[in-house]
Amino acid sequence: MLILNCPYCGVDAEESELSGGGEAHLKRFGPGSSDGEFHDYLFMRENPKGVHFERWRHSNGCGKWFHAARCTQTLEVFGTYSAQTTEPPKELKDAITAKRPGWTWREYE
Amino acid sequence: MKHYSAFAVAREALRYHTGWERAWRSPEPKKKYDVIIVGAGGHGLATAYYLGKNYGIQNVAVIEKGWLGGGNTGRNTTIIRSNYLQDPSAAIYEKARSLYEDLSQDLNYNIMFSPRGVMMLAQTHHEIRGYQRTAHANALQGVQTEWITPERVKELVPIINIDGPRYPVLGALWQERGGTARHDAVAWGYARACSAMGMDIIQQCEVKGVRSENGRVVGVDTTKGSIDCDKLGMVVAGHSGQLAEMAGFRLPLEAIALQALVSEPIKPCMDVVVMANTVHGYMSQSDKGEMVIGGGTDAFNNYTQRGSFHHIEETVRALVETFPMISRLKMLRQWGGIVDMTGDRSPILSKTPLGGCFINCGWGTGGFKSIPGSGWGMAQLMATGHSPLTEAFSLDRFKEGRFIDESVAAGVAH
Repeated sequence: MLILNCPYCGVDAEESELSGGGEAHLKRFGPGSSDGEFHDYLFMRENPKGVHFERWRHSNGCGKWFHAARCTQTLEVFGTYSAQTTEPPKELKDAITAKRPGWTWREYE
Repeated sequence: MKHYSAFAVAREALRYHTGWERAWRSPEPKKKYDVIIVGAGGHGLATAYYLGKNYGIQNVAVIEKGWLGGGNTGRNTTIIRSNYLQDPSAAIYEKARSLYEDLSQDLNYNIMFSPRGVMMLAQTHHEIRGYQRTAHANALQGVQTEWITPERVKELVPIINIDGPRYPVLGALWQERGGTARHDAVAWGYARACSAMGMDIIQQCEVKGVRSENGRVVGVDTTKGSIDCDKLGMVVAGHSGQLAEMAGFRLPLEAIALQALVSEPIKPCMDVVVMANTVHGYMSQSDKGEMVIGGGTDAFNNYTQRGSFHHIEETVRALVETFPMISRLKMLRQWGGIVDMTGDRSPILSKTPLGGCFINCGWGTGGFKSIPGSGWGMAQLMATGHSPLTEAFSLDRFKEGRFIDESVAAGVAH
């Protein structure tokens, strides 16, 4: 079972205590954007076989949203971090690079 | 290819079964093919088969990273039905269901199609309205389904508890001509028929790159060397995103694990397929007597072919309430497959931004039932550039807002 540490209340929460919120750090497009941008925002996900940044909600706990970095192939959790950010913290990215050299993700902002 | 028949069984019985030949050849790849299909699962092999049978294109290779039928074709719960809400879905799934009816004769391979009936339980008032709507839609589409009462449900499935305290059975959508088939045999039957037409099925050959010139595909690089082709069909389900990236385009897909399990074999007790979407569980009994159980998808993206443990608990808990007699059954095996989910829960059968390259993916949790229809439409698309069956499932529907929204209609038990 997937266990994520909630960065807000500090609890090591089991999967059944959490709700998945899909891919993280999406750049939002709305009125005034092109069809292509809106399409990509709505439907195109990184869907990597490897390092994935995602949103989770500690729904049966403190109720807060947070971010997690996880490997979709091995289910290894690299770390969790605050929701109040537009990209993963540098320490986390460095830690991931040490374990998965060459990993990629789109631009953050 | 030697024809399978009662006579052949008798002949082999008299000579110690020494005359059976391998069902398909395992050749080394040639330098060039007219068409390469990536992915030797049900959909890939069916595409190759109908390319040869309907369009005479037989210089075809089907390339497979693992072993034939070892992906989702061998990992599903073998349910066949076509009671969808939207017209394009009903058309392609009904085409598939009708092809399944005489597929054993067509392929000369027993796929054990069993039209035992598929029942989708309504356990909330919302579901009653939803399924009655589907039954009306199906009547207009020419798909035979009907709304049945709880009493009729109990008559068809005596082991069901229709008076459960939390989710009583309020009725059901019944498709009498739906059922199950032997999933491995579908892949094996198509493979044997393709091989007999002279097509090459190349297993344990992973595609490492897609080569193109002037915006047109010219071949693929594989672990068994470089192979040229005029047209390329990508039919790889969960790994479609990786393959599309090699060809230089992206897909609106997310990969998620879906799991299933079977119990120890017991005496025959249920001769229809029962799906309970509100409580997320569905069950049928295999010919071996095992209760085959399917549940929900994981809550997060992943490429692990196993699935989260608590989903098994939720699924089994729901089914024990609906079928109290299974509460003492031991579970025998559990497994998972990687399903490729689109935003509207409908598949993608389409041309791609790369010329000569076609994609068939996004079947999500509903791939097995559609194998013959999908192969039929995909072959037509690849051979002629257009297919009425696949037209609505094109890649650009997301940009144009032409969704085929089955996510509400089909729910989790797709």
